[in-house]
Amino acid sequence: MAIPQLLVHDKSDNVGVVVVENLKAGDEMFCVVTEDNSDFTMVARQDVPIGHKVALADLKEGDTIVKYGEDIGRVIAPLATGDHVHVHNLKTKRW
Amino acid sequence: MSTQQTFMGYRRENGRVGVRNYVAILPLDDISNAACEAVANNIQGTIGLPHAYGRLQFGEDLDLHFRTMIGTGSNPNVAACVVIGIEPIWTQKVVDGIAATGKPVAGFAIEKNGDISTIAEASRKAKEFVHWATEQQREECDISDLWISTKCGESDTTSGIGSNPTVGNMYDKLIPKGICGVFGETSELTGAEHLCAKRAISPEIGEKFMKTFQAYQDDVIEAHKTTDLSDSQPTKGNIEGGLSTIEEKAFGNLEKIGKNVSFIDVLGPAEEPEKGPGLYFMDSSSAAAECVTLMAAGGFVVHAFPTGQGNIIGNPILPVVKITANPRTMRTMSEHIDVDVTGILTRELTMDQAGDKLIDMIIKTSNGRMTAAEALGHKEFVMTKLYRSA
Repeated sequence: MAIPQLLVHDKSDNVGVVVVENLKAGDEMFCVVTEDNSDFTMVARQDVPIGHKVALADLKEGDTIVKYGEDIGRVIAPLATGDHVHVHNLKTKRW
Repeated sequence: MSTQQTFMGYRRENGRVGVRNYVAILPLDDISNAACEAVANNIQGTIGLPHAYGRLQFGEDLDLHFRTMIGTGSNPNVAACVVIGIEPIWTQKVVDGIAATGKPVAGFAIEKNGDISTIAEASRKAKEFVHWATEQQREECDISDLWISTKCGESDTTSGIGSNPTVGNMYDKLIPKGICGVFGETSELTGAEHLCAKRAISPEIGEKFMKTFQAYQDDVIEAHKTTDLSDSQPTKGNIEGGLSTIEEKAFGNLEKIGKNVSFIDVLGPAEEPEKGPGLYFMDSSSAAAECVTLMAAGGFVVHAFPTGQGNIIGNPILPVVKITANPRTMRTMSEHIDVDVTGILTRELTMDQAGDKLIDMIIKTSNGRMTAAEALGHKEFVMTKLYRSA
């Protein structure tokens, strides 16, 4: 199998993790879901550092971000598919 | 599956097995650090364990202090122990606690003697202990004699994808073989506490976990927070590595306990497991040095430490095995890493292979291989303090 640029934990996740360095805006990513080894491709909309997340769907403020099949927080600024997801647009529901 | 089922360890008087053979010079309190360090300097083959506390503590905090002192001296990685304190009564209490293991231990009080004669007397005893300890031989022990702790640090999203589930895979394989395991980091389970409670062996233990978790939320977080914990949890390092929320960090954290094992009891900080082989949860801070020190005091002899961004922590008596899946960390800080599982990210290494790689390194470490943290001199011994002294 080709080396992936993006790994997704669970089928129900709406974010994936960039697992290569120097990913640039416009790069097409080979994406693998580790749960079942299924794959797909998508385009990154920004430069995204290794370990950082990318949205797999268009999301609006208040939507829940799902990773590991679980709720990891809420969207605080709208996201388009391929956007960098981090503390500027995702916040915990705890504090 | 990794095939090696034995390792060469030091069987102690109480039947427990150590993987190191230290003569520890343990100060009861902060003001005895100088004497302890002088003894450790005088006598080669000893290790001084200076720390910041031990005076005017009371209640639960004092209990934890004694438990940590006695647990550290009792750890099977310690062959023999010299305890030095300012006054004799508390010093003797720690000596008696360690002596229950059957290992050689002696206490010295500085009051009415002064540092210089205390150091001389304690040095003579330490020299005796070093000769005795270095006559001990490693013997073949079953893998089930290992007590393996885990705590992660400087985590990032590669921890949840790679290095944490590697530890989980190791526990899935070794817990059924009869080892003791422990995980902790009470605050870092926030957001995943409901999933963690479900991993308890019974609803009663799950409830015990939830009580411990809630007490931490109420007594520590709620009592002391100013705005929220966004500046501490996730840490700046976690955020740099791509972790955005405490929930995301918590689900990644929980990957360390594997898929199939349940935890059989909830331990207080520095408490030793009493229900036999199995996985335990220990109530503990998520600060690496504090948590690992508590686990060492609980009697664990090897520590599996997954890291994303590259935590460099070690412990003076507990070898800390570092695992990373982050290729940037592997490229920039490889001297701190014992097990490279970056192949999980490129899909060139399966989780099963990664778990075996970790087990092999745990066996090597148990046989005497120095970890990266040991070779680099990391000896972070950090007592947990629950509240201000009287």
